[in-house]
Amino acid sequence: MFRFIISRVLQAIPVLLVVVTITFFLVRVAPGGPFSAEKAVPPEVIKALEARYHLDEPIWQQYLGYLNDLVHGEFGPSFRYPGRTVNELIAGGLPITAELAFYAMLVAVIIGVCAGVFAALKPNTPQDYIPMSAAMLGICMPSFLMGPLLVLVFGIWFEWVPVSGWGDLPGDKILPAITLGSGYAAFLARLSRGGMLEVMSQDYIRTARAKGLPEWVVVLKHGLRGGLIPVVAFLGPAFAGLLSGSFVVETIFQIPGLGRFYVQAAFNRDYTMILGTTVFFATLIVLFNLLSDIVSVWINPKLRHQLREGK
Amino acid sequence: MISNKFYTLIILFCLLLITGCSGGESNVTTGNRDGILHWGNGTDPQELDPHIVTGVPEHHILTALLEGLVLKDPATLEPAPGVAERWEVSSDGKIYTFHLRHNARWSNGDPVTAHDFAWSWWRALQPALGNQYAYMFFPVKNAEAYLNQEIKDFSQVGVKVLDNYTLRVELSNPTPYFLQLLDHYSMFPVHRPTIEKFGAADERGSLWTRPGNFVGNGPFMLTEWQLFKKVDVAKNPYYWDAATVKLNGIRFHPTENVTTEERMFRSGQLHHTASIPIDKVAVYKKNNPELLHSHPYLGNYFYRINTKSPHLSDKRVRQALAMSINGQQIVEQVTKGGEVPAYTFTPPDTLGYTAKRGFEFNPEKARQLLADAGYPNGEGFPVTELLYNTSEGHRKIAVAIQQMWNQYLGVNITLNNQDWKVYLNSVDNGDYAIARAGWIGDYVDPNTFLDMWITGGGNNRTGWSNARYDELILKLAPTASDRETRYKLMTEAEAILLDEMPVIPIYIYNSKSLVHPSLKGLTPNILDYTVYKNLSLDSSYQGKPFNNKNHSGEAVH
Repeated sequence: MFRFIISRVLQAIPVLLVVVTITFFLVRVAPGGPFSAEKAVPPEVIKALEARYHLDEPIWQQYLGYLNDLVHGEFGPSFRYPGRTVNELIAGGLPITAELAFYAMLVAVIIGVCAGVFAALKPNTPQDYIPMSAAMLGICMPSFLMGPLLVLVFGIWFEWVPVSGWGDLPGDKILPAITLGSGYAAFLARLSRGGMLEVMSQDYIRTARAKGLPEWVVVLKHGLRGGLIPVVAFLGPAFAGLLSGSFVVETIFQIPGLGRFYVQAAFNRDYTMILGTTVFFATLIVLFNLLSDIVSVWINPKLRHQLREGK
Repeated sequence: MISNKFYTLIILFCLLLITGCSGGESNVTTGNRDGILHWGNGTDPQELDPHIVTGVPEHHILTALLEGLVLKDPATLEPAPGVAERWEVSSDGKIYTFHLRHNARWSNGDPVTAHDFAWSWWRALQPALGNQYAYMFFPVKNAEAYLNQEIKDFSQVGVKVLDNYTLRVELSNPTPYFLQLLDHYSMFPVHRPTIEKFGAADERGSLWTRPGNFVGNGPFMLTEWQLFKKVDVAKNPYYWDAATVKLNGIRFHPTENVTTEERMFRSGQLHHTASIPIDKVAVYKKNNPELLHSHPYLGNYFYRINTKSPHLSDKRVRQALAMSINGQQIVEQVTKGGEVPAYTFTPPDTLGYTAKRGFEFNPEKARQLLADAGYPNGEGFPVTELLYNTSEGHRKIAVAIQQMWNQYLGVNITLNNQDWKVYLNSVDNGDYAIARAGWIGDYVDPNTFLDMWITGGGNNRTGWSNARYDELILKLAPTASDRETRYKLMTEAEAILLDEMPVIPIYIYNSKSLVHPSLKGLTPNILDYTVYKNLSLDSSYQGKPFNNKNHSGEAVH
């Protein structure tokens, strides 16, 4: 197990280096610099700005300088927010995005797993079709449609929840969490339905029933454990996806999170910010994939066995 | 049995959601009670250092936090006393002597003196600071040379402290709009001890602008700044005119997404929005016209023509293109926000200046002109590309104009959209044939619209050049004895511009916002210039902007 983890961590390093290198050169190849503006800026000022951010140095020197900063955990100063470093901006937005992602995950798991299991209990009956059609709809409906719809109904017509914000007014975290979580809930519903269907036809379930166990014990104790393996494997990448994919929801609800940096930095040619967020998200994705692999190995006896054989 | 369990779970979850959502009091209700204005401010401020920032949202916050020598009367936009209670101008128009009021104070109680201004202006001209608005100082004698490091000694720049409360400013040329510039944030004073406490004077982005550190001299002081969340300012007790200030504070909300902003307004979270979604304009006009504030804005939407492009170098072609655009149709059927079509480059009534109408919509004459230029019915006219920066609004206008040109002139136009920075790069390099553009005046004077077209001007970018035009703008107008003469010269210059047509004006911008009925004291003007100390809130008015709930639900959607 330990060797497995170490080898996975070592594999991550070249992946990240490739990400950094490609991003570094791509952003600099894109036409238009970070300080180009509609109103002409005195050349002397542009020169000073470029010197300030080392953009006047040869590109290889900039690249090596950036790698050196990265090794020291520094993402550098943001071009767009002169008084802030990229580290500071990420540190400011991350807790909010993480909180949003956590709630969204909660929504996704609770609704998704319940609906999936519920549907799997009576396959090919209305009890199956209704939640699964809803799930299909959820997968298809993008958050930029789902968000405004929810706001219109619950925020403006019923006035139950605030239409925007994060932590300012009671209840303002509900709609963003549901909007972001719903797509994943739908996906999880389909995954858990599939997993449950497979497990519920196994012999050991029949044994459990034959023992005369109540149906809910059979489902919750024996069925879920095996049925949720595909769900667990999906959770890691899903959480990374929630973190990096919250841009739309953050924009709709005016949430001061991390997602918006990612897209806006590219439009602004905020080189350090683009690189910082890309590297950060790449690391997260690698990390969460690793975590979910470890958990899968841990809960799935088959994989655990294979790993032992394999070494 | 099992399904009952799940049903219970689901119902419980729903209950949890609903109980979590007791709406609570809206910002407007609490704001009206406590005297806190909730202001939708567009994008989040990049910084709060007046010598670094470049945007409109920053402008709003900085005019609450700082004050220049001279303010503007929001109704007439004529200069009004700020930190300077009076000033004199020499007869040649080159020397301004400002007498600062003795009771002007920084928010920590220090007096505001002429030294503060001299030092702040010195700082604003340090190249290392990267002040993109440094050009606002260029009318001041030797300021440009100092910025370009041709002069190293700041004492040669035309700023001189005569005593603690008297500042003398010498200009290189008479600049009749100089007083207008003093209200721009790049010319605001900053508190020297504070800046020096947190770093070097020319350090970009030191911590002096953070809440708790910031010391200003405006009607309000900074109390809170959470990125992407809010900027809070509270009444500054040391402000010289504190008795006039009626609000206890302002919360500037970042409202990047106009649709969300409109929803926030509708649910009573904002008193004032920065903008309004285009598709909502008609709805508000119909159902709640009293909430929609719309007035002309000191800016215009136009197309640049690359005069270096062989087939566009003939002014008859450019005139033909201009005359075959039906501006009225564009504003009525495409932009639909109450804009007015432009037939001059400077927006009408810019501080009393209105240029002569330079062209009109006349497809027949346009066809004739095009034929005279050698392209009868558009035959032989090369396929020409129209460039715009990616945006749905620009695309719609471009499509409409593409059709008009094709219909009236028979010319083929292709559309090309580019991401903002790529577009800027293309236009700057002259790598375009026709390109969409916009221009917002830096100050209220025709000069801000006309001096950009001088030969080789940084904002010209059309390759156009005209000796008489340069002479009028650079030599004759600045030395004119009075405003009337100067405007006459400007009118002549603008007539040349509109005859030569390196640019096609399309419409005059329009500033639109939603205003809660409890907000009093706003004075509409073409600069969209707000004097926060004049604003007040009617505490008897609560909640949402609409009179009753049903009305709100149906009226707007």
